Amino acid sequence: MDVRSIVDNRILVLDGAMGTMIQRYGLSETDFRNEALKDHPHDLKGNNDLLSVTRPDIIREIHSVYFEAGADIAETNTFSGTAIAQADYGLAADEWVYKINYESAKIAREVADDFTRREPSKPRFVAGSIGPTNRTASLSPDVNDPGFRAITFAELRNAYKLQAEALLDGSVDLLLVETVFDTLNAKAALNAIELIKTERGIDPPVMVSGTITDASGRTLSGQTAEAFLISVSHVNPFSVGLNCALGAEQLKPYLQTISNKTEFYVSAHPNAGLPNEFGEYDQTPEEMAGEIDGYLKEGLVNVVGGCCGTTPEHIKAISELVKNYNPRKARHVIETV
Amino acid sequence: MDNIDDHIPPLTLAGLEPLVVTPESNFINIGERTNVTGSRRFARLILENKYEEALDVALNQVRGGAQILDVNMDEGMLDGKEAMVKFLHLVASEPEIARIPVMIDSSKWEIIEAGLQCLQGKGVVNSISLKEGEEPFLDQARKIKMYGAATVVMAFDEHGQADTFERRIEICERSYKMLVGEVGFASQDIIFDPNVFPVATGIPEHNNYAVDFFRAAEWIKENLPGAKVSGGVSNVSFSFRGNNVVREAMHSAFLYHGIKAGMDMGIVNAGMIEVYDEIPKDLLERVEDVLLNRREDATERLIDFAERVKGSGKTKVVNDTWREGTVEERLSHALIKGIVDYIEADTEEARQKYDKPLHVIEGPLMDGMNTVGDLFGSGKMFLPQVVKSARVMKKAVAYLVPYLEAGKSDQNSSKGKILLATVKGDVHDIGKNIVGVVLGCNNYDIVDLGVMVPAHKILERAEAENADIIGLSGLITPSLDEMVYVAEEMEKRDLKTPLLIGGATTSRIHTAVKIAPKYSGSVSHVLDASKSVPVATHLLSSEADDYIERIKKEYESLAKNHLAGRGEKQHISYEDARLNGDPVDWSGYVPPEPNVKGIEVLRDFPISQIRDYIDWTPFFSTWMMKGKYPEILTDRVVGNEAKELFKDANDLLDEIVEKNLLRANAVIGIFPANSDGDEVIVESNETSATFQFLRQQAKKRKETPNLSLADFIAPKASGKADFIGGFAVTAGIGIEELIANFEKDHDEYHVILTKAVADRLAEAFAELMHEKVRKEYWGYNVNESFDNEDLIKEKYQGIRPAPGYPACPDHTEKDKLFKILNVTENTGITLTESYAMYPAASVSGFYFSHPRSRYFGLGKIYEDQVEDYAKRKEMSKEEVERWLAPVLGYK
Repeated sequence: MDVRSIVDNRILVLDGAMGTMIQRYGLSETDFRNEALKDHPHDLKGNNDLLSVTRPDIIREIHSVYFEAGADIAETNTFSGTAIAQADYGLAADEWVYKINYESAKIAREVADDFTRREPSKPRFVAGSIGPTNRTASLSPDVNDPGFRAITFAELRNAYKLQAEALLDGSVDLLLVETVFDTLNAKAALNAIELIKTERGIDPPVMVSGTITDASGRTLSGQTAEAFLISVSHVNPFSVGLNCALGAEQLKPYLQTISNKTEFYVSAHPNAGLPNEFGEYDQTPEEMAGEIDGYLKEGLVNVVGGCCGTTPEHIKAISELVKNYNPRKARHVIETV
Repeated sequence: MDNIDDHIPPLTLAGLEPLVVTPESNFINIGERTNVTGSRRFARLILENKYEEALDVALNQVRGGAQILDVNMDEGMLDGKEAMVKFLHLVASEPEIARIPVMIDSSKWEIIEAGLQCLQGKGVVNSISLKEGEEPFLDQARKIKMYGAATVVMAFDEHGQADTFERRIEICERSYKMLVGEVGFASQDIIFDPNVFPVATGIPEHNNYAVDFFRAAEWIKENLPGAKVSGGVSNVSFSFRGNNVVREAMHSAFLYHGIKAGMDMGIVNAGMIEVYDEIPKDLLERVEDVLLNRREDATERLIDFAERVKGSGKTKVVNDTWREGTVEERLSHALIKGIVDYIEADTEEARQKYDKPLHVIEGPLMDGMNTVGDLFGSGKMFLPQVVKSARVMKKAVAYLVPYLEAGKSDQNSSKGKILLATVKGDVHDIGKNIVGVVLGCNNYDIVDLGVMVPAHKILERAEAENADIIGLSGLITPSLDEMVYVAEEMEKRDLKTPLLIGGATTSRIHTAVKIAPKYSGSVSHVLDASKSVPVATHLLSSEADDYIERIKKEYESLAKNHLAGRGEKQHISYEDARLNGDPVDWSGYVPPEPNVKGIEVLRDFPISQIRDYIDWTPFFSTWMMKGKYPEILTDRVVGNEAKELFKDANDLLDEIVEKNLLRANAVIGIFPANSDGDEVIVESNETSATFQFLRQQAKKRKETPNLSLADFIAPKASGKADFIGGFAVTAGIGIEELIANFEKDHDEYHVILTKAVADRLAEAFAELMHEKVRKEYWGYNVNESFDNEDLIKEKYQGIRPAPGYPACPDHTEKDKLFKILNVTENTGITLTESYAMYPAASVSGFYFSHPRSRYFGLGKIYEDQVEDYAKRKEMSKEEVERWLAPVLGYK
């Protein structure tokens, strides 16, 4: 079943936060190690992506809970699954990167297939999550040397290529380039995916989701939502959208821009509101669903879900809500003057 | 068609902010100043690594209304890829600039690709075309698509650039079909540049260029759905350089019709457009006659009109009718056009009209020269024209001098007195003379001390004349040291006079590191004649202190950076370098036996034969006119001036040949020789000498040798009897007299022309002799047959490197060469104490015949080699270091 064949029929629900769920398990360093990593010199606790290898049971359970809550699409546990991000844990070697992504994809695949078997009228999908890494290709980390770059496009492209290949080998249905705070990083990922498409002769749907960092309405690297949209449209993505950093309410104006300007499908997975002074997200599922109701009334989205601080309860509320609405109609591009 | 267009989305581009190009959009303005090929200032900033200031150029473009920023780093002296990446990184850090999309402009794909990898937004590639065929075109288009950029496509294919309507649409259609059909390129992301060419050039084939462009634009918009049209607008008016009234009118009329035809965007200098409606009707009519090719005589009519609007706008001087103007107008016209014919009569008329003769100079003559200076400064006049203007000025002033003396009102109207000299040991002065003329044109008083001027003479004269500025010039490397010495002497004498440094081997970095620290007064390097005026103006202005302080700081930081940056160069020991010489296989080699052994002398060789061997390209660059001969003669910008200069040079050559005004002498010799390490030992019954060569010490890639010229001579150990040749030629015998005649006539133009022509003749003579050596005297290539172009490209076997130049930079080796060839007696060439040859129009060097022998640059050498070399030369290490200062890789 191709996600492209049902997206016009109903609004699809993306799952919620992975990190928030993992926290609930209260894991320790040993949970992040297995026989092979027994003597690994780096601390591994916090390397959540690695749990797909060391504690697949937990990841499997989290995917199940989200599908149970009504999610149509699960994101693989691979947000930090590039060699660049894994370098922090001393796991940048190809075999580790491949293993993390491949295993993560496989787990999600198995759970999704299980659910689809039980409920064929609501097929479940897996999106391979491709995060931004911890480096920026168009910003200098050194304020005194604005021309400096900690990473090159080519390095990013190589790292993303390996990740995407492993995810596809693990049979994901879609690729999700998300939390884009520097569009040049995303372009490197998209370039890698284009290369794979050519090499393998395949055409998986690709979702691209940017992050507007604050009320300035711009990405971390300075682009407006529309500029971001223009800059990623060359790959004909399945969808373009926004996620993270803001709650559903704050995200709405930028989502409107995207929705107005694009012929692609539109996705959103906002945070559960803005964090409180302890950095915790305390927006209730009802409150969040209330804000998302605004998206649906205006017909802004085709895919909706949750990012930081969202839980199966939030996703359940959202999935109940979307049943009442028709999906966004792809519209003619409205020209700016 | 409308229906199809409805389905095609608009072209969308983005920097930090979007740029959406819809059919309703106004014309999109592409900023063009961040282009090293188009902006001298930007090129200089990039070459000098002043990226911060270069960023200001970009910022000004944005603030001036540019909606797309064109960035071009195609410059031979640059690592274009590195410069592109560095600049784009900095652009990304400046939100006000990064706001708009970038157009990556390069003819090199690797630079384009490196640029694409720096753009977070959606930019534009400028450009791709079918020039190299379909494969690279498709491949590049596919990559551009993957990177997410739009692209400019030039109307260029395997057969060349399209210059007719038919060719334009044929190439655009073919490109479009391939891009859309085979690559799947979004049609709205295709921007055609159907080539804007100059019109009103006087060549009938060019008359329809603008019309063809408009028609092509219209055709593209009708037949290639989604595609955009762009172009470089200022090209169209190149024939009218120097006449902004006409150019601006042409640009706006071109845009008016271009936009009507469907042009979406273009590279336009926003300061060079007149408002269409404000173009005077009579001018507009003539401009549109030309652009739209509406009448046979459109070009002549516009040129006539241009002459009129060029001046004050009121004067009615067209062609010879300029004689009808007032005396002031006639003087001004004569100065700007460089016409000497009537100057004395006009000057006399003015003298009678004005109270005092001096007022003629201060009034109309200076006004005219100021205009010339301004035009030259802004690139609207070219050097040969300026020198001709100077000739007119000199003649006028000379005419007035007797009256001036009589009136004795001798207060000085000049902006300042500048003393110029070519330093001791050096005889080259063409550049210095040009500087003198240009400064003279700008109302400076010039005291020219000539060539080979010792330091004490320069300084004594400077003090006696109370000079405001001292300018030193030199061409050969030992002159650099002499300049340092002059600076030291100035310091000793406690002078404060600003010092200018110029000449081919001088550089800003050498000035900053070696000369400026020796003198507490101001020291400035002057790149070429055009720079001399602003520098002098600054130095003598009321804000001179600020300027001097700024230059000082700039040089200090330049010197500091230089010192910090050196020592980085990877090099190997001299010993290792020697082990990595050129791997010549001597075992199977039979050194060619010369037909002539020993010396051959040719006196009074016919100039008429030599002139066929002239390489004209450097001749034009002497006159600061860049471009290759013969293309330069038809160049859009300088073509007319180049043609005139070329004609003057050939007229002079005719006269030289006819009246036997210059004589050319040569001596060549071929001697038995073998190498021993980096020495080449000449040993015959008649003569002996040991030439010392230097070896490259840079760390090389694998299997790349560290070369020395000695590698090309069979080593003693090979047992082969090899040979080395030597030569000295001159075409400058008798030049003093010829020049004196022109000087008497105040004809600086012909003075410089004569020297430049003599230089070319000497080089040509060297080329001719080299050919004779290969075919006759040495005879190792009896059957070679090359035309002059091939000779210039050095397609033949063997080389003739000259001591003091890149492969063997030690000038002192000339001494031995002169001895074994008995050069002075045989040819009349003498050596100065700095080993410069006199007459300056002379060339000397070695001949190497081995097929592997080739030119190379020595690069930097290091202490171990210098010590060895000093021992071999029986010189002190210090002395060697002095002669080889420019190539030392250590402090």
